[in-house]
Amino acid sequence: MNIFIYDNTFEGLLTAVFDSYSLKIIPDILVSQKEYQDYLWANKFEINTDICKAERVWEGLEKKLSSKNINLPFRIFLSEENDNTRLLFDFIRLVFDSHHNIETDYGNPVILTARQAERKVLQEACRMLQFVRFQKTGDDIYFSGITPAFDVLPLIVRHFEDRFADQKWVLYDMKRDYGFYYDLKGITEITLREKQFDSSNGELHSDTVAENEIFYQRLWKNYFDHICISERINPKLQKNHMPRRYWKFLPEKRL
Amino acid sequence: MSNSLMQKLEILSGAAKYDVSCSSSGSNRGNKGKGIGNSVAAGICHSFTDDGRCISLLKVLFTNYCIYDCAYCINRRSNDIPRAAFTVDELIDLTINFYRRNYIEGLFLSSGVINNPDYTMERLTRIAKELRIKHRFNGYIHLKAIPHASEALINEAGLYADRMSVNIEIPTEPELKRLAPEKDFNGVLEPMSLIKNRIIENQDERKRYRGVPLFTPGGQSTQLIIGATPESDLQILKLASGLYQDQKLKRVYYSGYLPVNLRDQRLPALKEPPLVRENRLYQSDWLMRYYYFKADEIVNEKHPDLDLEIDPKLSYALRNPHLFPIDINRADYEMILRVPGIGVKSALLIINARKYRRLNMEHLKKIGVVLKRAKYFITCNELPAHQKEFYPEIIRQQILAKHTTSRSKTIQGIQLSLFDNNLSLPNP
Repeated sequence: MNIFIYDNTFEGLLTAVFDSYSLKIIPDILVSQKEYQDYLWANKFEINTDICKAERVWEGLEKKLSSKNINLPFRIFLSEENDNTRLLFDFIRLVFDSHHNIETDYGNPVILTARQAERKVLQEACRMLQFVRFQKTGDDIYFSGITPAFDVLPLIVRHFEDRFADQKWVLYDMKRDYGFYYDLKGITEITLREKQFDSSNGELHSDTVAENEIFYQRLWKNYFDHICISERINPKLQKNHMPRRYWKFLPEKRL
Repeated sequence: MSNSLMQKLEILSGAAKYDVSCSSSGSNRGNKGKGIGNSVAAGICHSFTDDGRCISLLKVLFTNYCIYDCAYCINRRSNDIPRAAFTVDELIDLTINFYRRNYIEGLFLSSGVINNPDYTMERLTRIAKELRIKHRFNGYIHLKAIPHASEALINEAGLYADRMSVNIEIPTEPELKRLAPEKDFNGVLEPMSLIKNRIIENQDERKRYRGVPLFTPGGQSTQLIIGATPESDLQILKLASGLYQDQKLKRVYYSGYLPVNLRDQRLPALKEPPLVRENRLYQSDWLMRYYYFKADEIVNEKHPDLDLEIDPKLSYALRNPHLFPIDINRADYEMILRVPGIGVKSALLIINARKYRRLNMEHLKKIGVVLKRAKYFITCNELPAHQKEFYPEIIRQQILAKHTTSRSKTIQGIQLSLFDNNLSLPNP
């Protein structure tokens, strides 16, 4: 039995693909160092992440995949699920092993599952565009703390950069403990040492928050309550569109 | 001041809630020169109210004072309700502060008619103009065109709005006259045609010259009230289909009638809004816009009303047994779309995937086709999917039997109450 152990980075995974071709081995198990357990009677291969190898695999993918699907591997990688790493590995090998373009061969379970996994990540990214709520701090920075199910922040910061170009903002992933800060010029990745917010729901501490912030949250909640038609109450539909796990981040549901 | 703003928002959002439209789609206005905001063509819903409807825009009336007295409207002048009006600054401050916190995609501004149509339209236009020019706001703006407002004002409003709408509300003119004696169809259709023509001109100009400003890039929409008047679904869908073709509307909204003015004898006393009928109308609307259906394929003289028990596509398939079953591996995209249980997404996957191999039932199931319904209407690689003989009545019963019982129960309940109401409807 062959086990590939990689460092849980995207480049590491691409290197694993490269090595599997150069060693002529398809691993039975592909696992990150963090989750590795010792197996008896197994051939262990430690994958040393190599940017050059990763680049070559990436360039190969660029030739094989259409522009629409070139981001599919990275998006699946963001889902952080172990099954998906294996799926991604199989998908990339399948793309390389085929002589023609196979990316819409949905009769093949690997292709279809890859597409479905990508959809799930994109849906979570979309939900972030919908349900991120900023709170204004005393020093005029708009802050939002969230915990997306997948690591989707890299997919959405461009949207916020375009949209809120004239305000400083911070988008912070509280589960993975990193975020992005926009300072009117560009975006930088940050990790906050002192957390001036409640890390369960992203609510800013009262000494950090701007003076009129709560007032606008109340106004919003007030609007939310009065735009609803009480004769048509339909909690199931509401939950379908806006799952419960997001509610704690929404002032209209929290207040 | 803050308390009064809170109250105003309460009154003027409560007064706007019966307008169904809240979409922010169709426009991809960029954020030029680092102003505030942009628009995303697909639209984004930021929240969902307890009734399950999307909140994409700050939807308010500028004022709920009104000179008209329409029977179906909560804001008619003879109603004794609290009235309010925003100032321009209040409304702009609300929009921008909500927008900066990512609560909304933009503003949906409507209004009761005060003084005269031009006066009202001028107020709405001014707010949109200030947002765009003074505050460099590039978010979504949806403006109501006030019937009988002057051409110049509507032309100006279109320069700042992403979408405009005029509500027809009552689907036939005699009924409209009966419920809203001060209104007529012309007042609605005039601004609609005007905006349509300007949009076409503008698209043409923008192709030929650079720097021509956008005119209502998100197009127009309208709304019809369902169940307040005795129109059949055939009349409603014919009207909607005409609006899509002739007036080039982007959306027609259907609003199940709610008895907001209880004591008006001209209106039926419904126990609950006709939600199932409204849902069936939306499904039909989707069939017309995304599934290449024509209105008379969904309803016709023989079947003037939609079947409340089953969706319109299934109902079409059962009425046209000679077209089925179709071969999934050969049929055109348009024909695959007509199979109950296959939507646009599955249909696209099917036509892509069948280039590589012949698809069978197992493939279809994984792709996401609802086989429970589709199996009666397709053949695959294998033997014919289901029985050879096609008995619409039997299929209907089989599909209905599998439906969740709660749903069919409510349908029965609503059908009964609809029947009662038809009896109490006054003769037109």
